[in-house]
Amino acid sequence: MRKIKELVIERGLLLSALITIAVTVGIVLVLSIEAVNFFSEVSIIDFLTDPEWTPLFTDKHFGILPLLSGTLLTSFIAIAFAVPVGLSISIYLSEYAPKSFRRTIKPLLELLAAVPTVVYGFFALMVVTPFLQSFIPGMSSFNSLSAGLVMGIMIIPYISSLSEDALHAVPNSLREAAYGMGSTRLQNSFKVMVPAASSGIIVSIILAISRAIGETMIVAIAAGQQPRLTFDPTVPVETITAYIVQVSLGDVQHDSLEYKTIFAAGITLFIFTFLLNTISYRIRKKFQEKYE
Amino acid sequence: MSKDKKESVIESSIKRKYKLQAKDVKVWYGDFMAIKGISMDIKPNKVTAFIGPSGCGKSTFLRLFNRMNDYVDGFKMGGEINIDGSNINAKDINVELLRKQVGMVFQKPNPFPKSIFENVAYGLKIQGLKDKAFLEERVESSLKQVALWDEVKNDLNKSALALSGGQQQRLCIARTLAVEPSIILMDEPTSALDPISTAKIEELIYKLKDKYTIVIVTHNMQQASRISDNTAFFYLGELIEYDKTNKIFTNPEKEQTENYITGRFG
Repeated sequence: MRKIKELVIERGLLLSALITIAVTVGIVLVLSIEAVNFFSEVSIIDFLTDPEWTPLFTDKHFGILPLLSGTLLTSFIAIAFAVPVGLSISIYLSEYAPKSFRRTIKPLLELLAAVPTVVYGFFALMVVTPFLQSFIPGMSSFNSLSAGLVMGIMIIPYISSLSEDALHAVPNSLREAAYGMGSTRLQNSFKVMVPAASSGIIVSIILAISRAIGETMIVAIAAGQQPRLTFDPTVPVETITAYIVQVSLGDVQHDSLEYKTIFAAGITLFIFTFLLNTISYRIRKKFQEKYE
Repeated sequence: MSKDKKESVIESSIKRKYKLQAKDVKVWYGDFMAIKGISMDIKPNKVTAFIGPSGCGKSTFLRLFNRMNDYVDGFKMGGEINIDGSNINAKDINVELLRKQVGMVFQKPNPFPKSIFENVAYGLKIQGLKDKAFLEERVESSLKQVALWDEVKNDLNKSALALSGGQQQRLCIARTLAVEPSIILMDEPTSALDPISTAKIEELIYKLKDKYTIVIVTHNMQQASRISDNTAFFYLGELIEYDKTNKIFTNPEKEQTENYITGRFG
């Protein structure tokens, strides 16, 4: 009886693992097949070099660059904002703050990641953009700066929390060595702790980048839906994710070339996040070896 | 220490006689009293060993001399610790400067995850010293003092973590020596090492006392008897007996000391 129970549990666990793998493989397959279909009609060179993305217009252009630039621009703004803020928070919590404060503030910070992204999107559009417009005249109501900044707020906990974990995991003996040598708290933090935790910190930043690149709602609401090859943060742009939303929600016919564009865009996005995840996995593995 | 002109003759004579002084020192961790009023004087250029069973307060007491307990939660202290006659807990004392004068070697070798060179140069670099020739010279002389130079001179840019445990511990001592402290505190420096590395470090400690005042906490009675000039026996937060090492190990005054060193408890 007991053996059967064990067997059922074992098979059940195996099944749930297999389902996850099957779903992943399925997604990659669908993406690849549809993308291959798309590239049988549009040359991959055009896709990578054409500076215009107008699949829904009569004069169709299929250059991914404008969407890519929109994605990279908003993500860059988010990262440029979140890395210094998130890192400062993590260093403060791990090396300066009293333990009790750390225990209270960390879960609160992690709440930032739990706010629904649609709320962030409206926050960007209704609060941050008007605020920024009062400094930057001529800024469009849809722009990458506001969306990027708010996305930055959203990913702060990814950086602060994971970096804090990495700093906290540095053996206390190193902290003692640093203080024993006469380091100030600042020297201890930046000359010993941050270098010692660097792989964990880099992983946290990569995860945050990958989260920013994949983020959809905020950019769809606040950054606009105009594919544009630009690095001007005050004008509307469109990210890959926002484009996919636009087409999915619109009345584009299934199996049309226009419809297939979302798979081409999707696989581009997938390649990016896949690469980032692979890099962070490699770094994490190296990190584990170091302290074992 | 600074050569202050105002120093009186009496003070400087105290200095020559005693490097470290503890006056009725008490330590609490929260409500727990870890040190129950200890007074002792430690002489310069001697090796002083602290022995006693685990939890007797010897490590806590050692860490008072470079204020390493400051960051421990709930730590509170009473009494006075003087180095060269001045109170190291006074308000105007710069803790970072104090720790440059009072170096520390820990139980587990704890080199920074940096190159061998960077480890030894660390203390100088955080003082703002950048002159490359000076750093190179000081790194070399520090590594020579711990007899590590010949083993690592071609690998100065390799990670310190690649060294063996014994080499790492000698590196940590070299790192401490590089900033030229006058006192070196050692908290069971060989307890994580094999016998050969231990012998090397003991030999080193013996040589270092010409230039430094060394205080060493050890669980190893043979070690205390081999390398120290004076020995202090601690038990339950109190200093039971403090005398010449020879006397402690051959003819202790107190029964508790005798019981401990003969292995009847502890």
